[in-house]
Amino acid sequence: MTVLVIAEHDGALLKSATLNTISAAAKLGGDIHVLVAGAGCGAAAAAAAQVAGVAKVLLADAAHYQDQGAENLAALVLAQAGAYTHLLLPATSFGKNIAPRVAAKLDVAQISDIVSVEAADTFVRPIYAGNALATVKSSDGVKVITVRSTAFEAAGQGGSAPVEAIAAGPDLGLSRLVGRELTKSARPELAAAKIVVSGGRGMGSAENYSKFLDPIADKLNAALGASRAAVDAGYAPNDYQVGQTGKIVAPQLYLAIGISGAIQHLAGMKDAKVIVAINKDPDAPIFQVADYGLIGDLFQLVPQLTAELG
Amino acid sequence: MRVLVAVKRVVDYNVKVRVKADGTGVDLANVKMSMNPFDEIACEEAVRLKEAGVATEVVAVSCGVTACQETLRSAMALGADRGILVESEAELQPLAVAKLLQAVVNKEAPQLVLLGKQAIDDDSNQVGQMLASLMGWPQATFASKVVIAGDKASVTREIDGGLETLELKLPAVVTSDLRLNEPRYAALPSIMKAKKKPLAVIKPSDLGVDVSPRLSTLKVAEPPKRSAGVRVPDVKQLVDKLRNEAKVLP
Ligand SMILES: Cc1cc2nc3c(=O)[nH]c(=O)nc-3n(C[C@H](O)[C@H](O)[C@H](O)COP(=O)(O)OP(=O)(O)OC[C@H]3O[C@@H](n4cnc5c(N)ncnc54)[C@H](O)[C@@H]3O)c2cc1C
Repeated sequence: MTVLVIAEHDGALLKSATLNTISAAAKLGGDIHVLVAGAGCGAAAAAAAQVAGVAKVLLADAAHYQDQGAENLAALVLAQAGAYTHLLLPATSFGKNIAPRVAAKLDVAQISDIVSVEAADTFVRPIYAGNALATVKSSDGVKVITVRSTAFEAAGQGGSAPVEAIAAGPDLGLSRLVGRELTKSARPELAAAKIVVSGGRGMGSAENYSKFLDPIADKLNAALGASRAAVDAGYAPNDYQVGQTGKIVAPQLYLAIGISGAIQHLAGMKDAKVIVAINKDPDAPIFQVADYGLIGDLFQLVPQLTAELG
Repeated sequence: MRVLVAVKRVVDYNVKVRVKADGTGVDLANVKMSMNPFDEIACEEAVRLKEAGVATEVVAVSCGVTACQETLRSAMALGADRGILVESEAELQPLAVAKLLQAVVNKEAPQLVLLGKQAIDDDSNQVGQMLASLMGWPQATFASKVVIAGDKASVTREIDGGLETLELKLPAVVTSDLRLNEPRYAALPSIMKAKKKPLAVIKPSDLGVDVSPRLSTLKVAEPPKRSAGVRVPDVKQLVDKLRNEAKVLP
């Protein structure tokens, strides 16, 4: 049994979700190989070689992997797939984009967003916005899997795997990156942060969102998050959305501020260790999952809380 | 150009589903069913393309039980011109649906296929990408903006770090995210009109597709329950609890 993990990286460093995916691979047993594909991504391959448990790194370096387009990357993964029993990708916008393309061409099911490995062919995954956990068994020869990063520890350092250059596939030329508008932030990455401060529709405006939440996030060294309503209203960028169809987070501490607690939102944060809710409506469903609830006007309570944190 | 939209019948997003006591699945008896919200967004986008004179015809396709005809009628009430039901009582997993859609696409020859990015029941997020792969077409998943110009589509996508814009050669597959548009409410005259629009029913065997499931569900369980905690009277006590009881703050 040999597992191939498809690395998500920025050319120099591995994204944290790649480390969680390597841990999920370790649960399967067998050798772990990591595929790093990109343009000028030798540093990322070197980083992958140092991850504990990795036996070999495959490096595909070519200009047409620069933009990480699904069509070219899926074709590259397919060319390698024959040597593997499992192909694992993080359940991020990167992994979700590629994995189904690979599975379809291999004529196998894809197993999305696993939270546990029960056996080499049996996995647990959430369905219905996390209101149920399904244990599924695959009868396919190759298992193509995406991994929910919050369910697995990040793999540690200490590996010294060889890096093997592999031939790049052709440039299919089906799609072209025109541009990216990435949210710039010095804060920790939302999906991996220890503390998350999230604002909802109750924030009232984009100005209030930053005026009231930036200071507290600064003090706590927290990532900022948001409900769908807050993103739809333009209070926060799209990549801040926490929930069933946004990001899944499981921090030590999650502060839900002016968020009602719809099932779609809970799906993204109910695995936080401690949840704090600040809401003026005592009947808001968020209080049913909050460890500590503070009822009142957030525009008074949030500045008080920021001050109290010293 | 013709646009194909795939629509799935799912549990309404307002329903909180319950796991069956015997652990075989979730209880769907007497539960409200609706069109998957992301598919509604995809359908709205297709209809807007037609209204803008870009698309000439919008064809809605659904795969599943007889009752999916209602979902197709909803799509036609939004503005789709006709519907195709690939009728099957069997459990249809994403790979099977992608193969059925591939067969329909081969017959209908659309230039663009729009689907929701994920269905809110199995949360798989697979069918659009699988269909694109089987067709050998480009894809743009998680779309928040679609512009068609000539034989190209420019699509803005919601990705983990922000937004990116791709240019795809048509034919292509696009899957919708939440902010692509806000679907209209179908007015009564549209609903009435939709009842008269053509709806074809075919079987997977007519398309020569084997829909046997590849994953078997061994059990479905309730996730660990979070219980409600305590109300704290003020900010001072909150911070004290976070420091000394929960120990999540220094
Ligand atoms: C297909 C689909 C997918 C979805 N995916 C997601 C998802 O991934 N993530 C997500 O979050 N949602 C998602 N949603 C939306 C979800 O159903 C809710 O609509 C949304 O989470 C509500 O956001 P909210 O809690 O900010 O707004 P609301 O429900 O409007 O709640 C606002 C809260 O703020 C409180 N408030 C207002 N003013 C104050 C004040 N001054 N002080 C204190 N409290 C105040 C109110 O009491 C209220 O409880 C999805 C919906 C659909 C249909």
